[in-house]
Amino acid sequence: MLYFSKFRIISVTLVSLFFILIASSNLFKFENNFLNKKINLGLDLQGGSYLLLEIDNNPVIEQKIQNLSITIRNYFKDKNIRIKNLKILGQKLSFSVDEKFKQTVLDTFNDEESELNPYYPRFKSHQLDISEENNIFFVNYSTQGIVKLKTSSQDQALEIVRRRIDEIGTNEPNILKRGNDRILVELPGLDDPMRIKSLLGKTANLTFRFVTNNDQDSFGAEKLSYEDESEEAALVSKRIILSGDNLLDAQPRMDSETNETVVTFTLDRVGAKRFGKATSTGIGKQLAIVLDNKIISAPVIRDTIASGSGQISGGFTFQSATDLALLLRSGALPAPLNIIEERTVGPDLGQDSINAGMIALAIGFVLVIVFILVKYKIFGLITNITLIVNLFLLIGILTIFEATLTLPGIAGIILTVGMAVDANVLIFERIKEELKNEKNNLIAFDSGYTKSRTAILDANITTLLAAIILFFMGSGPIKGFSLTLGIGIFTTLFSVYFIARLLTVLYVYRNKEKEGLI
Amino acid sequence: MIAFNKYYNQFNIFSISLVVISLFLLTFKGLNFGIDFKGGTLIELRSTDSIINVSSLRDNLNSMNLGDVSVKNFGNETDFLIKFEINNNKNIIGEIKANLDKSFGNTFDFRRVENVGPKVSAELLKSGVIAIAVALTLMLIYIWIRFEWQFSLGAILALFHDVLVTLGLFSLLGLEINLSIIAAVLTIVGYSMNDTVVIFDRVRENLRKYSDIKIYDLTNISINETLSRTLITSITTLLALLSIFFFGGEILKGFSLAMIFGIIFGTYSSIYIANTVLVRLRVSQKTVLRDDESN
Repeated sequence: MLYFSKFRIISVTLVSLFFILIASSNLFKFENNFLNKKINLGLDLQGGSYLLLEIDNNPVIEQKIQNLSITIRNYFKDKNIRIKNLKILGQKLSFSVDEKFKQTVLDTFNDEESELNPYYPRFKSHQLDISEENNIFFVNYSTQGIVKLKTSSQDQALEIVRRRIDEIGTNEPNILKRGNDRILVELPGLDDPMRIKSLLGKTANLTFRFVTNNDQDSFGAEKLSYEDESEEAALVSKRIILSGDNLLDAQPRMDSETNETVVTFTLDRVGAKRFGKATSTGIGKQLAIVLDNKIISAPVIRDTIASGSGQISGGFTFQSATDLALLLRSGALPAPLNIIEERTVGPDLGQDSINAGMIALAIGFVLVIVFILVKYKIFGLITNITLIVNLFLLIGILTIFEATLTLPGIAGIILTVGMAVDANVLIFERIKEELKNEKNNLIAFDSGYTKSRTAILDANITTLLAAIILFFMGSGPIKGFSLTLGIGIFTTLFSVYFIARLLTVLYVYRNKEKEGLI
Repeated sequence: MIAFNKYYNQFNIFSISLVVISLFLLTFKGLNFGIDFKGGTLIELRSTDSIINVSSLRDNLNSMNLGDVSVKNFGNETDFLIKFEINNNKNIIGEIKANLDKSFGNTFDFRRVENVGPKVSAELLKSGVIAIAVALTLMLIYIWIRFEWQFSLGAILALFHDVLVTLGLFSLLGLEINLSIIAAVLTIVGYSMNDTVVIFDRVRENLRKYSDIKIYDLTNISINETLSRTLITSITTLLALLSIFFFGGEILKGFSLAMIFGIIFGTYSSIYIANTVLVRLRVSQKTVLRDDESN
């Protein structure tokens, strides 16, 4: 136990020096790329916004069910089966057929090769579930169908969210999927998330539709109100002339004639063609520009617009025109997003937290060091040297992995300082006991180390278990706490069994004969 | 040697009363859940104008129909912490900002905003409870592998005691339970276990060594032999925690306070609960020797 080979002494020293160097790279700038690493500061320390968005998939499902009703009708029409009493009940469809076709309908839905109802062999499930009750069929999305639908809308939403955030140009945003209907957005350094929140809160579903004056429109019509409530609600046809998908570009601009801020847009080829046709046949009519079911403006068409570009006016300020252009450029979300959790920390609070954390660390450290020094004298010094190296190891490991340090993470480091002496204390107290019956210093020290080992292991395993659970269950800042606490256990064991023991050995060998050594 | 064992009965009664009172408090008074677990909005403000006080701020916010609003100073005179219940208005922060700017001039800096919806808070509460349950179960499994069942029972009772009494104290004082308190409780679980295991290790060692000493005295010997370690580790840990409590800023206050309570209870329970269970179950040398043979 008490023997240290030269090789071991050198490697322990090198490892310690290496980590001290790495840890200090947080303070100095190294030319070397490997050394030039830094601990990431969590949002609570550097300031920034954490937003958890949830996709509201209900409108998507309802839309899909609506589309499905048409698909089903047409599909069976081709097979000369008449679908009767087709009804949309929110996220469900119901219909009936003649008695003789019942089995055919069921077979069509349950066929693994079905075109109407895709089969997912991996999950042994169809996209749609069909059930029958009193001669009425009910069709709805199966659990697996919903999962597929959610994943695909999450993928799309993630892309759109990323585009919108990139357009604003915040530094190093973190955009991640959570579950199958959530998106996590972390925006470091963002002081005021108000604008981003309002941008992410908009679906940005843009359509160009004619204003009609009767609800006998063959596509149906709906009453929509104006965004700025400047005019009475108007009846707008459900027929979509153009949608945001046809947009190539959108920019805010100052109209030189009217001195009004407008958003100019450029259409793709298909869009330009449709726009040209609609404007040539619809001269004199009002074309409503609808965003998220609110009319922005509804200008009267005076000329055919064949150029494939145009402008939207609607009493914009420069800011709102910029935002609308941004939304149009980045595209529409597949479904509305709700912000279900928000945590924003201003940069000066972050800095205050860092300062407070560092002061608490320094004071805690000094208190522990003084206490241990008074209690154990020379062995206290050894423990304290170990403690300092331990701190460097801990910070060094966090730096190498470029881990994220949070405020609770700093608390974890301070707590590690307090608890790290435990192992050395266990050893020293054990040695003291051994010395009562054993006069040979070397033997007493050796058995002190051996006999305290199980207790030290036990003590650290219990804390490690708690840290591991926290790491997997906790979120954000708490994860940072479990990380420093967990890594702290390993660095403590290393520093106690290698560094402290090495120093103890060196000292005890020199003072073999001394009485009352500890 | 301190005769800890003389007070086993008294402290057992004391602990049982503490647990009963805590359970009573937890059932009837309940815990003061923060927005993490209850949902709602928290705003930390700093004012550049020292004339603004809690009541003027409260009056102003009460006029906004935010429901149950709590306003208090946070650390110092010019910092305020505002909390209110779940609000369906998406732009509530913007409106509060506009309203405050209108009433007080542009004097407020929004230092921190937290907004937790009902779904997320329910999930956080669930995962917090699961985390504590999993931690207790893992500790149970660990101690069950390491020791004889009498020891396991002692350690687990001590653990439950520490968690319950700490939460009871939080209920009594009306201190807020948030995510960091869950972290504190888990760390307490780890620490309390650690403390108990170190003493138990010694009890077991002594059981093997002395066949003629009754468990009543044997636990006392073991407690005394490990006492200086128990105290030194508690002291250094408390020094670190006190430093966080006094200098680590307002945000860490609840966390460090919970830990300080927990460490004190954990140290106490290792001595007065874990060991008395061994005494009451009449653990003897046979208990550990039987186990050694079967191994």
